[in-house]
Amino acid sequence: MLKIDNLHATVGETEILRGLSLEIGAGEVHAIMGPNGAGKSTLAYTLGGRPGYEVTGGSVTLDGQDLLAIDPHERAAAGLFLGFQYPVEIPGVSNVQFLREALNSQRKSRGEEPLSGADFLKLAREKAGLLQLDMDMLKRQVNVGFSGGEKKRAEMVHMGILDPRVAVLDETDSGLDIDALRVVGAGINAIMRKPDKAVLLITHYQRLLDIVRPDRVHILAKGRIVKSGGPELAHELEREGYEGVAGTVAA
Amino acid sequence: MLAALPTTRDEDWRYADAAALTALAPADLGAWHEATLAPGETRAKDLILDAGHPGLHRVRLNVGAGARAELFAVLSAPAYTRLEVEVTLHEGAHFELGGVTIGGGSATREIVTRVNHAEPNATSNQVVRSVHWGTATGNFLGRLAVERDAQKTDAAQSFKALLLERGASANAKPELEIFADDVKCAHGAAIGQMDEAARFYMASRGIAPDAARALLVRAFVADAFAAHGEPDALLDAALGALGDMA
Repeated sequence: MLKIDNLHATVGETEILRGLSLEIGAGEVHAIMGPNGAGKSTLAYTLGGRPGYEVTGGSVTLDGQDLLAIDPHERAAAGLFLGFQYPVEIPGVSNVQFLREALNSQRKSRGEEPLSGADFLKLAREKAGLLQLDMDMLKRQVNVGFSGGEKKRAEMVHMGILDPRVAVLDETDSGLDIDALRVVGAGINAIMRKPDKAVLLITHYQRLLDIVRPDRVHILAKGRIVKSGGPELAHELEREGYEGVAGTVAA
Repeated sequence: MLAALPTTRDEDWRYADAAALTALAPADLGAWHEATLAPGETRAKDLILDAGHPGLHRVRLNVGAGARAELFAVLSAPAYTRLEVEVTLHEGAHFELGGVTIGGGSATREIVTRVNHAEPNATSNQVVRSVHWGTATGNFLGRLAVERDAQKTDAAQSFKALLLERGASANAKPELEIFADDVKCAHGAAIGQMDEAARFYMASRGIAPDAARALLVRAFVADAFAAHGEPDALLDAALGALGDMA
């Protein structure tokens, strides 16, 4: 479904991704773990098309469609969702306004009719409920004054409303307490654990993977995947650290 | 004797469009829209100075005790446009100004106010937002005078500019003359560019760049109309100007 082949990317003058390859099939959840500075967030931003993250080689396709050839908003319409490690505050714009504009922009570019205000609010209420986020929060400005946990739950409400085909979630578990982690993890499962969807979880910790159980785990170091395995690889990492599991990390 | 025409050497005209000033006539300078508000009266006015209304617009308000004058304006004409407001506030009166200059090309659009707190307990609040691109300029020159007896004056001025392209500019010139000793006068000015992180965040959710820009600009200029009960017509007028951006 999502196929990343020999991806090279630079930020400024520095090459961060150095030949990263990864394929995620429909219905699968993959996790990427790796030490600080390995390129995890750069991978997420590069997939999303953030300005300043320049692809210098390789390819990324979503069901055969070349993602790198299209603009960030078109990637979203093609079915890619990016969960931000640090969700952005947008003063003066309400969540409802923002998400309705986003959903209807995506629908328009797919040749679908826009959702009416009433239908949108019904959908938003359902997804907010799933993440145990008060509907009043969605009437407030985007992420302004939200706690760390509220921001991450709001991100998952975005995902529920936009209903993407592939989600790349960059440290969605960071900044969450144990209860919020359970809610967010259950939200990811409810929204994305489907035969026609796929998830790439970027995380430092095993605890999210206890809830959203990955089919494959990859270790990213110095811009490449240095080791892949089943869910047991994450446990191994938790016990022995990156140095112990993937000796190549230090090389 | 005819009054001398202003030049950019005059303080109140220093950021004006020099070429446009030479086209002014003494009659233009004498043309003031004057209004006197009776004690306790409330009067509000919306001004949309669009393509059909460029040039000099001068308003003089005498606001009686306990009266409230509200003026909201959008300056979006494609040529030199200047809104000049002189206000005298009597005991306990209030003046509210919400102004937006918006547009591209090479035009200068400016708001110039002189608010005179003549008596005690009067309040004033001025919020101006400028959004420009091309080589356009937006200005806010706000002079505030607090007379010797005007104790308990509470006056605020806020100016922010959003420059969408390199080449656009904005000028702020707050000027305070305070002769009373128990007053509150606040002013602030900031000039910035579009928040790139917000733009990418919106794009990542599927919002096209022009729609993202419109949402951000609407949020930015909405500050100027926060005190307006039904700001939609003013916001639409301001956002309409954004449609001219290439």
